[in-house]
Amino acid sequence: MGMAAEAQYHVLAVDDSLLDRKLIERLLKTSSYHVTAVDSGSKALEFLGLLEDEHNDVLAPSVSLNDHHQDVDVNLIITDYCMPGMTGYDLLRKIKESKSLKDIPVVIMSSENIPSRINRCLEEGAEEFFLKPVQLSDVNKLKPHLLKGRDKESEPSINKRKGMEECHSHDKTRTKYDGLEVV
Amino acid sequence: MDVVVQLQRQLADHTASLFHEGFLNEQFNQLQQLQDESNPDFVVEVVSLFFEDSERLLNELAKALEQQAVDYKKVDAHVHQLKGSSSSIGAQRVQGVCIPFRNFCEEQNIEGCLKCLQQVKHEYSLVKNKLETLFKLEQQLIAAGGSFPTL
Repeated sequence: MGMAAEAQYHVLAVDDSLLDRKLIERLLKTSSYHVTAVDSGSKALEFLGLLEDEHNDVLAPSVSLNDHHQDVDVNLIITDYCMPGMTGYDLLRKIKESKSLKDIPVVIMSSENIPSRINRCLEEGAEEFFLKPVQLSDVNKLKPHLLKGRDKESEPSINKRKGMEECHSHDKTRTKYDGLEVV
Repeated sequence: MDVVVQLQRQLADHTASLFHEGFLNEQFNQLQQLQDESNPDFVVEVVSLFFEDSERLLNELAKALEQQAVDYKKVDAHVHQLKGSSSSIGAQRVQGVCIPFRNFCEEQNIEGCLKCLQQVKHEYSLVKNKLETLFKLEQQLIAAGGSFPTL
């Protein structure tokens, strides 16, 4: 037997909506992934073994982060963008700033098609940006990112913009920005 | 097994009308595809979450819009959540009302918001009714010894 039994990949899903968590979990399990679902960015970091000071400012250097050796093996993180407290973007940044976690591929999900938001996430190192509702065809796109694993060299972020965007603000870029809006 | 055939036809007709009249869209099909023998209640569970979410959010919206000084950011946040849940299960008409609703929030237009609240409540109760009928028909079909979906 040349090929060993297909390893089960472990995906960490982050979403504050119970409904969406249930949905993404089912989508991932249908694709034979082992899933852990949490409802916030801070719970995600806790799970990943990255403890932090509660008042850790996004703007401050991440020296206060305690890089624990990863106890859990996570092959991919898929997170909602709009979450109270820590947004998906904030979570993405923390992960990319962590020595132990930066090579884990991160995918962002959002119900809003905002080009500047999408670009910002991709520039920060997200592998993919899925528009909600996420479908099986999206989940099928995850495999190559999982297989690449540690071989992928993380590109230096070009424009590291601060994640100050509020999710529920009156986002002016939403109206007729690039004609890409598909609400 | 006349009863089974009859129920299957009823179920098929009811489901078709839900799509035809725009209450549900393709996303609902996606949910059904995710249901199988190991997760036989997936659709009912997810839709139940939608019902819970919606009822909570509609209450919150009514309260928020009753305030002397309306917090439009809060209202918008609730509508955003409602839009998300409805889109996750394919409740197209509910989702549709959320769009102008958010625009009215942006404009801080109280009348527009109140009108949208009425509309979204109406659409929600319609789709809830129809989904409950759908589930009841499915249960009857199973009880009669039949199975679904016969897509």
